[in-house]
Amino acid sequence: MLFISQTALELGFLYALVAMALYLSYRVLDIADLTTDGCFVLGAAVSVTLAAAGHPILAIPAAMASGACAGFVTAFLQTRLGVPSILAGIVTNTGLYTINLMAMGWKSNVSLLKQQTIFSLFQGLGLGGSWYETVLAVILTVAVGAVLIWFLGTRLGLSVRATGDNRDMVRASSVNPTFTITVGLCISNALTALSGAAVGQMQKTIDINGGTGVVVIGLACLIIGETIVGRGNALRGVAAVIVGSVVYRFIYAVVLTTRVVPIECLKLVTAIIVGLAIAMPSLKKWAAFQKRKMAAGRKGGR
Amino acid sequence: MLHVEGISKTFNPGTVNQKKALNNLSLHLAPGDFAAIVGSNGAGKSTLLNAVAGSFYVDEGRITLDGEDITFRPEHRRSRGIGRLFQDPMRGTAPHMTIEENLALAYLRTSRGSAPFSRISRKDKEFFAHQLKLLDMGLEDRMRQPVGLLSGGQRQALTLLMATLVPPRLLLLDEHTAALDPGTAEKVIALTREIVAREKITCLMVTHNMRQALELGSRTLMMDAGRIVLDVSGPERAAMTVEDLLLRFRQGAGKELDNDRILLSE
Repeated sequence: MLFISQTALELGFLYALVAMALYLSYRVLDIADLTTDGCFVLGAAVSVTLAAAGHPILAIPAAMASGACAGFVTAFLQTRLGVPSILAGIVTNTGLYTINLMAMGWKSNVSLLKQQTIFSLFQGLGLGGSWYETVLAVILTVAVGAVLIWFLGTRLGLSVRATGDNRDMVRASSVNPTFTITVGLCISNALTALSGAAVGQMQKTIDINGGTGVVVIGLACLIIGETIVGRGNALRGVAAVIVGSVVYRFIYAVVLTTRVVPIECLKLVTAIIVGLAIAMPSLKKWAAFQKRKMAAGRKGGR
Repeated sequence: MLHVEGISKTFNPGTVNQKKALNNLSLHLAPGDFAAIVGSNGAGKSTLLNAVAGSFYVDEGRITLDGEDITFRPEHRRSRGIGRLFQDPMRGTAPHMTIEENLALAYLRTSRGSAPFSRISRKDKEFFAHQLKLLDMGLEDRMRQPVGLLSGGQRQALTLLMATLVPPRLLLLDEHTAALDPGTAEKVIALTREIVAREKITCLMVTHNMRQALELGSRTLMMDAGRIVLDVSGPERAAMTVEDLLLRFRQGAGKELDNDRILLSE
């Protein structure tokens, strides 16, 4: 049981970075960026390959830089070439499959054997005892979250937020929305790649299909978190994605051990939860309208 | 100051909806000019403002501001020197950001070249609070609230403040009080008059209120079919009544003024 909660915490914190990326693209910028799945694998592929070559620390910024490049391509497609934003993400995502294979040396999976990872290096420092992986995951995610909150309060960060809030106003405030969308998507995809990089090194293996459904799970975490923590400023947003991600991983762990839902069905269950949660405002409206119609009917409104 | 030389713009060329919105229009504004534009429906008043702001590029002609040719300069780069208010009070502010953050964003205008990672300082906040106090709407006590909670009039007053926080070289007002109730509109007009006079801002305003067009500012322009048909200022304007203005329009445009929103009295 302890082992399960430990794993849930570690994965919860590391995958929270994906949810944080989606908070930035989907909530702050108001763009559904579907580069996520491929970008997660890209981060993991770059990270594991570099760790296999003996550079586990360098692997992290390299993975983030590769993610930022993927975000740049998506942003370029939608801001300069007029590709609809959802399609831009899908196009990049498809292209990334080949890029990821290339990054993995044209193999469909890469594993670390005795090579060092950031986790084994951290263990060497002797911090956190047997919880060293959890401690590092928490430090990494909280630090990145703090930087993100700080960034959203800077002038550039304010411009990115305003771009998602009111694009007319942004142009009238001498901000170039093309630039702010590009900056936002580069940062968000760097975060997704960072998540992949850390998860890859922790699990010491990466499979070319390891990213399937990451975007939907990330959205689920975002929505679960916002339900618990609420919506508001950047601090609340970042807290929400961390809480949501940890809760999701605990639910996942419970399902895994108790088998209330067959584990093969979990992606379907996640998809249904996300679908319903995003549809909630429309469903509420529909229910209110039906109620109103029923009430009018009872009064005999003929 | 602002020189608009023979600009033309045709929308939807080659289709049944083809419309020549601006027709070889020229306009010169001297520094400190405050010109009010009135005109028929579809005369091209808002189109003129959009052309100057850079919402689209004109088909012909040249636009210069303080001697700089801005004809082909993109909108976000022109807006460093041009402040702008729309009719819809929702368009000028970001609803999910706080009053303070909205003001900080507008303050970006000055920060050209300064660090993108700079933050709002305590001094900036005091400056914002001082400026908000001048609006006399109690907004200085609500700086950390999202702008979405404000009324239309408060949002429009805030937009006016944001556009003039760093005095722009040119201020464009596109019927900025038309969507407000009469009392609030009066207040925003008073603020406009006060701020424009205090900062000596050159200003181009579209209005549907004939009386306002004569009283506010220093020049009255009338437009019809993408052209300026009347331009009065000085003593001639001071002696003018709304009836005179309508008569002059008829002489200039060769037809009656046709605007279903125009306010003749009030």
